[in-house]
Amino acid sequence: MTLIRRNLAGALILGIPFLWIALFMLLPYGIIVTYSFWIKTYPTFKPAFQFGNYLTLFTDPQYLQVMLRTLKIALLVSLCSFLLAYPFAFYLVFRCKSAALRTWLYMAVIAPLWVSYLLRAYVWKTILGTEGILNSFLMSVGIIDQPSDIFLYNQFAMVVTLTYIFIPFMVMPIYTALEKIPLNLTEASADLGMGPWRSFWHVTLPLSLPGVAAGFTLTFCLSFGDFVAPFLVGGPDGNLMANVIATQFGAALNWPLGSALAIVMLVVVLSIVSMSDRLERKGAAGGF
Amino acid sequence: MANRNPNLLSRYGADTAFMTFVAALMAFLYVPIWVLIAFSFNSSRSLTWPLSGFTFEWYEKLWNNGDLLTAIGNSFYVASGATVLTLIVGVPAALALHKFHFPGKVIFRRMILLPITLPGIVTGISMLNMFRLFGFQLSLETVILGHATALLGVVVTQVFARLQRLPKSLEEAAFDLGAGPWRSFIDITLPNIRSAIIGAGLLSFVLSFDEIPVTFFLTGRDNTLPMYIYSTLRRGVTPEINAVGSIIVLMSLVLIIVSVIATRDRNK
Repeated sequence: MTLIRRNLAGALILGIPFLWIALFMLLPYGIIVTYSFWIKTYPTFKPAFQFGNYLTLFTDPQYLQVMLRTLKIALLVSLCSFLLAYPFAFYLVFRCKSAALRTWLYMAVIAPLWVSYLLRAYVWKTILGTEGILNSFLMSVGIIDQPSDIFLYNQFAMVVTLTYIFIPFMVMPIYTALEKIPLNLTEASADLGMGPWRSFWHVTLPLSLPGVAAGFTLTFCLSFGDFVAPFLVGGPDGNLMANVIATQFGAALNWPLGSALAIVMLVVVLSIVSMSDRLERKGAAGGF
Repeated sequence: MANRNPNLLSRYGADTAFMTFVAALMAFLYVPIWVLIAFSFNSSRSLTWPLSGFTFEWYEKLWNNGDLLTAIGNSFYVASGATVLTLIVGVPAALALHKFHFPGKVIFRRMILLPITLPGIVTGISMLNMFRLFGFQLSLETVILGHATALLGVVVTQVFARLQRLPKSLEEAAFDLGAGPWRSFIDITLPNIRSAIIGAGLLSFVLSFDEIPVTFFLTGRDNTLPMYIYSTLRRGVTPEINAVGSIIVLMSLVLIIVSVIATRDRNK
């Protein structure tokens, strides 16, 4: 009796998530994979098996350019987040003497995650715009005498906005990784005569790499697929892949091409996740 | 002694540099939020510096904006539904990952966690195509299904992390004392992971409340709050949005405090 009940409980615990994954992830992904091989025949689509859509994506300069731009923006956002997050996390873990201050500062960086993501993108539109706060502020203090449009509707604005939005995702894993490093390791390297820079370079940094990898994965993937920031601050030639996908399912009405582009995105994300997984596992195994 | 001094000096210099950096980062993170709040009380329609005067006008306008209030109601409905569903699926998934060994576990784990890194647009359009194919009408309910799927990873990571920290001996003791799996789950495991579940639930609620990419594709005629804001932004920037934004910031602050209090008790 208990055996049956135990099996029933096990079946439920496993069954519910399995069913959910099958129904709402595998099946939908399967459908867009299928669509990505179809042919657009105005005004609808025709089932087929051909790689024309993928070929278009990788040969038509229009799409190639969008994909490269997306790659560039996502890399820049990850890099900027890293450059801001690492010193910050380092300070918290190794330099900040007060435990209370450490908790507060950490919370202060994570807290914006709870504040609407749309608002955090929107506020940069109001700051950077030609009629925005930065321009009017610079004019009122006399640095410029007419509004400048260099701040908004370009890639700079997108990188600033996305960095602002996704930086908590870089801080969290780096902080966790740095926290795990035993203090006596850096002490040992100092005892052995290494200066602070050298111990950082040879001890702390390598040991924190799994956290850095996790942070890069999150910020890269999240900014790679964003379509709100480009819409708000990206301007006319700031379209990213997600915007193009949205257009294919909307006005352009080319589901097969949109599906192919979504599959490209899925594959990029999957390969980055598995790369970082491997790196993290290597870090966990080779650490000590 | 002599060579101690420069060392101390450089340490002091490094500390100052770090402090300045941290202060600058805090300014980068929080000045925009203060800007948002300040301009929600600014009497001028245009969002330009300097501030022109104090007013509650934009907040009063919100009260009389029927579309906005409906959107807020819809968002509450969607976020509650999505949170409940994602917990119903996510908690068992975390338990399965923690307790069982089964073929395909690695893939199972990868799939469950995928939506954390997978851009919402992929979840959105793939589910959109499925609903279209099977002739489902798009509605707030389809949005709920989409959100529950997108948020699954958040719940699983949080609950799983807590389960990993529980000592195995607890459950073994319960079994030894004759408790069946259900009883040991209800009496031992559940109370110990309760705060993690509450924390994950709160976070899911917040994330669902301001989700856009999935909602964008899966909603029918109804708007959620972020979708409403998103569509008004097409027409330009207005102080009303700053007012809604400030209220959202305030609500988020309350929820953060609730979550800190709710998740703290069992950690001690």
